[in-house]
Amino acid sequence: MAWLVVRLAISMSLLYAASAVFEDQVGKFDWRQQFIGKVRFALFDTHSQASKKLLVATEQNVFASLNSRTGDLFWRHVDKTGPEGHIDALLMYGQDAVVVVGNGRLLRSWETTVGGLKWETVLDTGSFQAAALVGVQDLVKYAAVLKKSAISLHDLSSGSEIWVENLPDSDSVQYQTIYSGGNGLVFVLGVVPNSHIVIVEYKIEDGEIMNKKSVEAAWMSSLESSCAVVSSGILLCVDQITQSLYTLPLQSAEQTEMRQIHLQTLDLEVVSGFRPVLTSTQPNPAQPPLSEFFLQLSPDHHILLQFKDGLIAPLRDFNPSYLAAFATSGERTVAAVMSPKNDTACSINLFSADTGRRHLDTTIIYHMDPNGGKPNRLYVHAFLKKDDSVGYRVMVQTEDLTLTFLQQPGRVVWMREEALADVVTMEMVDLPFTGTQAELEGEFGKKAAIQDGLLPMVLKRLSSQFILLQAWLAHLWKLFYDARKPRSSVKNEVTIDILSRDEFNLQKMMLMVTASGKLFGIDSKSGTILWKQYLENIQPNSVFKLIVQRTTAHFPHPPQCTLLIKNKDTGLGSLYVFNPIFGKKSQISVPALPRPVLQTLLLPVIDQDYAKVLLLIDDQYKVTAFPSTKNVLQQLQDTASSIFFYLVDSSQGKLSGFRLRKDLSTELIWEVVIPTEVQKIVAVKGKRANEHVHSQGRVMGDRSVLYKYLNPNLLAVITESTDAHPERSFVGIILIDGVTGRIVHEAVQRKARGPVHFVHSENWVVYVYWNSKFRRNEFSVLELFEGAELYNTTVFSSLDRPHPPQVLQQSYIFPAPINTLEATLTEKGITSRHLLVGLPSGNILSLPKLFLDPRRPEVVSEQSREENLIPYAPEMPIREEWFINYNQTVSRIRGIYTAPSGLESTCLVVAYGLDIYQSRVFPSKQFDVLKDDYDYILISSVLFGLFFATMISKRLAEVKLLNRAWR
Amino acid sequence: MTVNVCVCQSGDAVDTDFSGFSVPLEHSFEVDDVPRFRLRGALQLRGGRENGVYLSQNQLSEKDRSTLKDVAAVDGLYRIRVPRVSLQADRQTERQSEGYLTTFVRACSLVESHLSDVITLHTDVSGYIIGISIVTIPGSCRGVEVEDEVDLEVFNTTISVVAPVTAPVPETAPYIERMEQEMEKKGKNPQEQKSFFAKYWMYIVPLVLFLMMSGAQDQSGGGAGGGAANGGGR
Repeated sequence: MAWLVVRLAISMSLLYAASAVFEDQVGKFDWRQQFIGKVRFALFDTHSQASKKLLVATEQNVFASLNSRTGDLFWRHVDKTGPEGHIDALLMYGQDAVVVVGNGRLLRSWETTVGGLKWETVLDTGSFQAAALVGVQDLVKYAAVLKKSAISLHDLSSGSEIWVENLPDSDSVQYQTIYSGGNGLVFVLGVVPNSHIVIVEYKIEDGEIMNKKSVEAAWMSSLESSCAVVSSGILLCVDQITQSLYTLPLQSAEQTEMRQIHLQTLDLEVVSGFRPVLTSTQPNPAQPPLSEFFLQLSPDHHILLQFKDGLIAPLRDFNPSYLAAFATSGERTVAAVMSPKNDTACSINLFSADTGRRHLDTTIIYHMDPNGGKPNRLYVHAFLKKDDSVGYRVMVQTEDLTLTFLQQPGRVVWMREEALADVVTMEMVDLPFTGTQAELEGEFGKKAAIQDGLLPMVLKRLSSQFILLQAWLAHLWKLFYDARKPRSSVKNEVTIDILSRDEFNLQKMMLMVTASGKLFGIDSKSGTILWKQYLENIQPNSVFKLIVQRTTAHFPHPPQCTLLIKNKDTGLGSLYVFNPIFGKKSQISVPALPRPVLQTLLLPVIDQDYAKVLLLIDDQYKVTAFPSTKNVLQQLQDTASSIFFYLVDSSQGKLSGFRLRKDLSTELIWEVVIPTEVQKIVAVKGKRANEHVHSQGRVMGDRSVLYKYLNPNLLAVITESTDAHPERSFVGIILIDGVTGRIVHEAVQRKARGPVHFVHSENWVVYVYWNSKFRRNEFSVLELFEGAELYNTTVFSSLDRPHPPQVLQQSYIFPAPINTLEATLTEKGITSRHLLVGLPSGNILSLPKLFLDPRRPEVVSEQSREENLIPYAPEMPIREEWFINYNQTVSRIRGIYTAPSGLESTCLVVAYGLDIYQSRVFPSKQFDVLKDDYDYILISSVLFGLFFATMISKRLAEVKLLNRAWR
Repeated sequence: MTVNVCVCQSGDAVDTDFSGFSVPLEHSFEVDDVPRFRLRGALQLRGGRENGVYLSQNQLSEKDRSTLKDVAAVDGLYRIRVPRVSLQADRQTERQSEGYLTTFVRACSLVESHLSDVITLHTDVSGYIIGISIVTIPGSCRGVEVEDEVDLEVFNTTISVVAPVTAPVPETAPYIERMEQEMEKKGKNPQEQKSFFAKYWMYIVPLVLFLMMSGAQDQSGGGAGGGAANGGGR
């Protein structure tokens, strides 16, 4: 086999020159941004004063270390997705971070400086409850992990298990927390809801049960949410129904009942419907926690309390206050409290924990982003200054997953937009022209020509020329001005005001919609976030569809995008209309959608303001048009009989086609039902609307033409068998005309199963499936041809194309798993196509479509050579230089978006997953661009040389002729 | 692809030993475009390995003909439907499930094609009919006048059942075979096995020698020049 591969490699390398990037091109057209996701745990490294580390573990199963001065990643570990890689707990001691992963499956210790794994232990099965560091005699030596029915103690330096003990009565008691105060004992606290609390004492040395007691607590349902341990082992609980605090010394033998302290006696009251929260702090795991704690009584009311000699005394009342957190530096513990200042800002102040006294000059002003969400987490990094006072920095996490790191007096040190770790959908929009360009465009607008006469037009022309001259002079002046400055001081900051379309439309606005409901406008050239908008009240299971209704081409009308937000469960949707360049919400009135939306359809019909019409079809098959002006409705009535749409109901396996009626109701015109007992529809895809096909056919070796079947209404339907047995499972592909419901082609890939990734474009469909017989991924390509003659050369109509197309298909082995698949797209479709394959390794492979051609011959003939067909080889090559993102891998790549640029050779690519990567690809090389190292001087000198040579020789020839004439 | 085709004129005698079952083919064409389906003919279907289909249908009545022409004039639709059936199930009760499969063609194209249509029934792997399609040949509407008596009386239908094709898998065996053949060919012809250098050494060696000679001359020349320059500097 080896020689086969070698031969293949050689023959391929003869066919194709390398298309990888050069070293000096790295980062020139591309950028990558790495994200971590929603923070679950964040710990500052307080081990040394100069440390810049901030350890974070996130909901996306990422464990990372951030540089707290810049916000950059020191290192990042991306674990498996789903519950298998879920980070349950993060504990930090000294240089080590201990992490519990996968619902208590693994216990890992990481070295925090370089992010190396120190050790890893597999824990016994059982669902994870809690983890804590355990110290003995001022030294933290162990980590205790509490499972549903067992507790185990592990050595921190090696990870070895010291002991593991089963918990008594674990089937009736829910054990939820661990506490250790450094006195040689570990307490495990469990609860029988609405009955009693169980406290079990274990000896650290050998895990012997020292004591076990149960205490009445009929009001308690969960320990975790309502209790905390304060002072020297006092369990403190709060209950909102009885409006009381309860205390219980864990170790005392005599007290068998919880002592009730009414909140009323402290002049406190919990707001009804709010679950009060207790926050205590244990700066050193080898010592008991502090006796001070926070009690949150309402969403914006905290109070600092102290437990002393069995009594609770309020130290300071923070009303109003959003967030409160403790932080410790050395021996001193402080509390940071965030309180509202005015509508747009919050102030954070530092208080000493033991007295509640405010530290002077410690205010940090936090300005809330008006387009962002409310702050919901506060992480404090306290440190000792040179004069022994306590300084601090804070990290604020907001609802829209923005991490803001602030220092006094409110300077934003860095900001991370972690919502971008979960991009759902995106679009790219052309940037608008500059004012001067727009001026020129506007001059020749339709309206202007009608209104004005000849003379005003001339004047207008002159004035716009003058404006252009002015702009050019200003540009020259800026160039001159910048040239004098040292290079480093010239900042390339991108702001929204100077954004304008470049010569070749290579710079665009990336619109990204994230799962948390935050929208971003990102400059595609630099990756700078130009605007962001948080949409509140987005359900977590919403689906989004982004539609560009008006591009920037219609000056002076602003571009317009519409986001359809749909609740997955109820199907109810809402529309959010905005300007994609500035991110501002549009003032246009949006139709109310009282019924679930089934389908959207963007028509090529435009209203008088050049916005494309969006049709929304609800579950009663009624159509709502947006915009719905008189003009639009008139146009819809005129064209109603030629507007068709399809609906897919995968639960019933039903595909149905509808036609619009003049009164905006619909009629069912075709129906295809695929029995769900055998196979289920997994995906339906049409073609991209902005796709252009340049050549109608392919020239064959004998100079005849094979015409492509270019049906714009064709749908590719992928089905998977319900039978999962490897011998009987199959993947079905059905090509259906979306207007007539005619099944154009139906094929079955046997012994195959999903997940299927596919691309549908031009006259071909490429899909990837898993071959369950040979256990490998395979590519298959379908191409449709009309044959040697076109039925109707001028237009394509689904209603008038009686002959079925010829279908060619070929399959190949692909030696790697696949995450996502997309095809390149260019302005006019002249450039050859490439497939962009997102691999789980994070690489993006740019695979020439030439390799996926069902006409690749088994045996090379003169004609196939003439046609430039590569001889068939069953295995698809993967060559490293085809990776467009060299070493800039994209973690957990989920989608690839392609957009054409103004240059025919260039296609813009954005890959998103946990990271975002933007680049350009040149499927047919840069045939329309001069190379970077193009020798302008040589060419111009040769040109000038030739010019002068002609001049001189002409002169000489004249002289010679004259002389001859004289002779 | 297994396709069994039968071109059936109405009134044809149906094969008597045809052991299949029959389902109705219904059609609808109304000026107000509200579907009201009525019987067009009976489809004789046969399960098993070779899916066969025969269609026996009636002539269009006088009234139907005029309605069809009226529908064509307003660019209405001509719809057909069949019940959802399975070709493979043994018992009649298992065959049928609820619902119909519908499709349409523009009435004008049916009229202009003089009722010559092609109906295709598509089945899935297990023999369930999942879709029906109808096209007319020619398929266009040019507004040609049609003499109703002669041309709109009988359907000229081509009907077929199409099962899904099995998509190809990567063909490794023929490829390896081909490679082996090529290897054998090379083995037979030892001339080809020789490397580039082995073949053309007689040309290369003199060339290299020549280059070396000329190079040495250049060097000595350069050295002499350098020496002269040094001498000049003194």
